[in-house]
Amino acid sequence: MDIFLQQLVNGLTLGSIYALVALGYTMVYGIMELINFAHGEVVMVGALVALTVIQALSSQGCPVPLAVLAGVLAAMAICMVLGLMIERVAYRPLRRAPKLAPLITAIGLSIVLQQLAALIWGRGYLSFPAVLPPVSMAWGGVIITAIQGVIVVLAGLIMAGLLVLVQKTALGRAMRATAQNPAVAQLMGVNTDRVIALTFVLGSALAAVAGVMVVAYYNVGHYTMGFMLGLKAFTAAVLGGIGNLPGAMLGGLLLGVVEALGAGYIGDLTGGFFGSNYKDVFAFMVLIGVLVFHPNGLLGSRAQEKV
Amino acid sequence: MGRVRVLGLAAAAALLLALPFITDAALGHGWVRILDFALLYVLLALGLNIVVGYAGLLDLGYVAFFAVGAYCYGLLASPHFDMHWPLWVLLPMGAMLAASFGVLLGTPTLGLRGDYLAIVTLGFGEIIRIFLNNLNTPVNITNGPQGVNLIDPLRIGPWSLGQVHHLAGFDIPIVVNIYFLFLLGVLFAMLLSYRLEHSRIGRAWAAIREDEIAAASMGLHTRNLKLLAFAMGASFGGLSGGLFAGFQGFVSPESFTLQESVMILCMVVLGGMGNIAGVVLGAVLLSVLPEALRAAGSLQQDLLGRVWVDPSNLRMLLFGLALVLMMLLRPEGLLPARARQRELHG
Repeated sequence: MDIFLQQLVNGLTLGSIYALVALGYTMVYGIMELINFAHGEVVMVGALVALTVIQALSSQGCPVPLAVLAGVLAAMAICMVLGLMIERVAYRPLRRAPKLAPLITAIGLSIVLQQLAALIWGRGYLSFPAVLPPVSMAWGGVIITAIQGVIVVLAGLIMAGLLVLVQKTALGRAMRATAQNPAVAQLMGVNTDRVIALTFVLGSALAAVAGVMVVAYYNVGHYTMGFMLGLKAFTAAVLGGIGNLPGAMLGGLLLGVVEALGAGYIGDLTGGFFGSNYKDVFAFMVLIGVLVFHPNGLLGSRAQEKV
Repeated sequence: MGRVRVLGLAAAAALLLALPFITDAALGHGWVRILDFALLYVLLALGLNIVVGYAGLLDLGYVAFFAVGAYCYGLLASPHFDMHWPLWVLLPMGAMLAASFGVLLGTPTLGLRGDYLAIVTLGFGEIIRIFLNNLNTPVNITNGPQGVNLIDPLRIGPWSLGQVHHLAGFDIPIVVNIYFLFLLGVLFAMLLSYRLEHSRIGRAWAAIREDEIAAASMGLHTRNLKLLAFAMGASFGGLSGGLFAGFQGFVSPESFTLQESVMILCMVVLGGMGNIAGVVLGAVLLSVLPEALRAAGSLQQDLLGRVWVDPSNLRMLLFGLALVLMMLLRPEGLLPARARQRELHG
């Protein structure tokens, strides 16, 4: 039972990160019906920027909380610019092109970002200074570390904030209108170009925070880290129902839990034939399963194919 | 056939026959090897072209079929299981196995819309790689990350392609043997692609690619046709996988990453989706150019005093940029299919 609860805690932590990244996919998809293939690389850039800034500042003797804050802000700023650029370069010129075209430019951009990161940060693994004291709270046999607590709480706050933004503010209303029908939204005076650009910026800011969480959790960063993370977050978005914000949050948490429990129990379930090195397979199995049996996801509304 | 056309074909044939010998004499074995790989990539690109160019289905995990063919050959013709099956069994078997994997993947997923399909195929490619990497315990099937070694060289009857032959006073090196085998494969694949494109099936694929709903309402069984495209494309991948394993002498999961899938896709897209000549051009360009870029390291050393950009980084960087720029500036590719050019430039 303790193992179960422990894996549940680990899964929820991982799931919160997936959820933040998944929100970026789902917002863009909701508005443009496109998968932003370069989103995972934005997470990677955010992670590595924060890692560098925090390392540099703390080696200068800057107090830890200040260094972390500066790192997060720097990562967010750079990722927001990056998101804006991605939209300008890969999506805006191709809005009326066949769907294959933006998908391919996005793949191209994600390769470019990865290689640029390899040039800037090198091909090796970068270790992240353990900034948070390794405090943990034992609760029965379950151990919750400080960093896990921070990740879950912070992710929850950000998601709540996003929901308020989308439901209550003028920008949120404009976003929802654009998602429903861009042409009509434009007729109603919504500057849809601006709304789409802001959606990318917002998603990228979330991605930056998620990136910082990943390096802080695993204490390591690498220029290819965005790929698998992006794929899993996309899976989470599909699982929850793509285009649906609460869906992405739910999907992220569920996927994290499934993965953690799966990795924890697969050895016992298969008599040791498969080990936890198969944990990355779960996400794909979930993805294929959802797409085949319930392509609208858990909370997604029934999408009507436009003719 | 007009006289000019006959002459042109004869000249092309003569050039293709002489090319490896000229290259060998002028640049050495290394460059003939590069030609061999270029032919292998042409074969792969032609296979992916059936899926992406003809049927309009974006497959981002194509390298998985290549892996299936390669491991099929590698496992059944090496000391790993101590089995040494002949080429004429293993190559068709690899192609068929890959095709059945294509059907296996396609059956549940081909109903999905384009971008979903892309992600699912990408996931499939990764799953295959994870399994190849990890199926060494508790029962050693794939030998894990080390891969399968000492694979039997390609052999046609009593004629091993893995050794130097003497013919009329000439030495024919291994890489040249391989060149001719691969050339044969490529010509066969080109002929097959050409016939397919202009067949009933090819026209049906074009209809599905342009408008699936209209195609279905004309009475086409779109799902079966898409499955057929998937299986056909996969079988090309399986075939080239077998050739690759026999040529290389060893296979490991590292050869079958997403980067390879993306590179093959680049070849198809840059060359011109749906056009055989374009795809061949794209594959040859993208497999030969990176080799030329290898010289970029020493060139930087000479000109700038140090290596600023690692050549392998530079290669992928240029690939990425090429994909983006191509889609923005010339989305139909270098040598576009006629229909596609009309569509994009009214």
